[in-house]
Amino acid sequence: MKKQKFPAYYSIWHKLGHYGLQYSANLVLAFLILPILVIIPLSFNVEPYFTFTEGMVTFDPDAYSLRWYEGMINDPNWRLAIKNSLIIGVFATLIATILGTMAAVGLSSKNMPYKRLVMALLLSPMIVPLIIIAAGMFFFYAKFGLAGNYAGLIIAHAVLGIPFVIITVTATLTSFDRSLYFAGLSMGASPLKSFFDIVVPMIRPGVISGAMFAFVTSFDEVVVVLFLAGPGQRTIPRQMFSGLREQINPTILAVATVLIAIAVMFLITLELLRRRSDRLRGLDEHA
Amino acid sequence: MLCSHCYISNISLKIKIMSDIQSNERIRSKVILLSKKEANFAKKEIRRSKMTAFFMVTPLLVFLLFAFVAPIGTMLHRGFYSPVVASLIPDTLDKLNQWSGEGIPNDDVLTSLAIDFKRLANERQSGKIAAALNRNMPGASSVVKSTARKMRRVDDAELKANGAELLLNAHEKWSNTKIWFALRKAGETYSDTHYLKALDLERNSLGELQVREASQIYIQLYSKTLKLALYITLACLIIGYPLAFYLANAPAKTANLLMIFVLLPFWTSLLVRTTSWIALLQTNGVVNSFLMSIGVTSSPLEMLYTEFSTIIAMTHILLPFMILPLYSVMKGIDPSYFRAALSMGARPISAFLKVYLPNTLPGLSAGALLVFIISVGYYITPALVGGTDGQMISNIIAFHMQQSNNWGLAAALGTLLLLLILSLYWLYDRFVGASNIKLG
Repeated sequence: MKKQKFPAYYSIWHKLGHYGLQYSANLVLAFLILPILVIIPLSFNVEPYFTFTEGMVTFDPDAYSLRWYEGMINDPNWRLAIKNSLIIGVFATLIATILGTMAAVGLSSKNMPYKRLVMALLLSPMIVPLIIIAAGMFFFYAKFGLAGNYAGLIIAHAVLGIPFVIITVTATLTSFDRSLYFAGLSMGASPLKSFFDIVVPMIRPGVISGAMFAFVTSFDEVVVVLFLAGPGQRTIPRQMFSGLREQINPTILAVATVLIAIAVMFLITLELLRRRSDRLRGLDEHA
Repeated sequence: MLCSHCYISNISLKIKIMSDIQSNERIRSKVILLSKKEANFAKKEIRRSKMTAFFMVTPLLVFLLFAFVAPIGTMLHRGFYSPVVASLIPDTLDKLNQWSGEGIPNDDVLTSLAIDFKRLANERQSGKIAAALNRNMPGASSVVKSTARKMRRVDDAELKANGAELLLNAHEKWSNTKIWFALRKAGETYSDTHYLKALDLERNSLGELQVREASQIYIQLYSKTLKLALYITLACLIIGYPLAFYLANAPAKTANLLMIFVLLPFWTSLLVRTTSWIALLQTNGVVNSFLMSIGVTSSPLEMLYTEFSTIIAMTHILLPFMILPLYSVMKGIDPSYFRAALSMGARPISAFLKVYLPNTLPGLSAGALLVFIISVGYYITPALVGGTDGQMISNIIAFHMQQSNNWGLAAALGTLLLLLILSLYWLYDRFVGASNIKLG
């Protein structure tokens, strides 16, 4: 560690406080990340346990294997779950993104009536506990034939993703300079052309990150699936949930490791998007 | 900086409002200079832009009304609406409603019920009545079932002639007025029974409210849920605050790198994080093996399936929601305030309490309210790691939905939870602003 230089007026307590802060911050960072990292080596365990075997600690190659990954790929239940998660996620994201982006554009207008009330309503699916949403949908969707099929789950997950699209797109729009749109109009572009050629490219990073949030929300959701899905619509989290409740099996750890890898990819993509958005808006990279 | 864009602090919001007021005044002074025709045109233009904005929002509003608001409305309705018994024995209930409440009802009612029981036993529906009646009067389920079984064997003519006597002989409880009150109560299509039960109340035979005699569990459950949510919020605050402070004051490069530690858990599936806590805390899990290998304990500690495991796993899951708003507020605080207080002779602790802490209150209240709101309604993590004493209100709602099939009670409990959450959300919207919820 580099030796710290303190200002002359720092007392001994102040210096102690400084180091105390540094160590406690590092401890919290470890608390945040270690539980996630610990999954990864465990998923290569050759034994069917959730713990480190002696062989794993001494780095014996025989203690490691890919059998749980093979198990995941060869199990028809997991394959179906992966397919279902993708189908439901993609369609729910499409609905949430299209409706959410339109609404966010409307909401960002200065002249939107009842703005605060509408905003609170549109964001409430994020706040209302999932169990209440799921129970309500269980009663209501069955009447319309939306229980036990893809359509119901797609609609339900679109509802859950909408607040995220609204938040990210609104955030991009607050810094969007509306005069650019009017400049397009003044040069003879039709409102639609001006919207699609000027506004859409500017807010695209916000739309994409909103879509990613919506997709992850659907991809990670299990409560609504527990209530609305039939046996043919089991998703990855649903499969993990029953796996954790019934027979704990390291295949879940293999799936978890794959999901961690996906999370890392999403994190990188979002960061790149954010940089691009800042560049488009002319913000300084290192502001 | 990883997350500068979403959070608008209260201060900048106020500045925005001020500038809005100023620009409005400017517009007003301009309007006076406009001719009538021009003013009308401007008015029309504003109305048009209002309509455009509204039409952009309409599709989503309609979609949410159908897919989100209506289902929740149905649930509220479900708490009052219990059509099962009323639809199974409508004639008997009609007659029972004439009953004065003194002595047992007349033979007409008894015969009608006996005939109904035979029909229901043949249709295999008597279990539904048994379950519904049992909720109003514990123990009534077996009375209904055995009576229905006996009535099934009697032939129709005999039943018509001697139904009342047969019913009274089938089970001694039919001579007790209590079961008839319970049946009349269960037969109401709309009733507040479920809501009262969710509040540990009931009506006595005179219709007065009283504390439920049989069992009082739900008030306790709500207070336990609030207690756990409070513990989780405090834990997030205590361990999140120093980290947010450290990140906000670290050099940009270090902060960006360390922010990954906060954002990766945020993006990782909830079930993955819950799985890892199971792997860590179970009897033969990582933590126990570690503690035993360094000799802290000789036998494994029981940590999984307790209140403790619920609190620690949920603190881990919700910590980013605390750190992110704190971080962005701390980022905007000028460090020279703190140094100025020190240079004027304040001790570090009082400088922190009197200068720094008040400045972080917007982020602190945003994070704490968000964590509290989310944890009050949490279901998955308590269900998987909570065991019996780590269960929260959501888990009991799910239990009544899926196992005991008491949908009315589940709906009533859900409504109370919803009211709690909405009042917290209202607070959040007032103090923080719903549109200021920030994401990574």
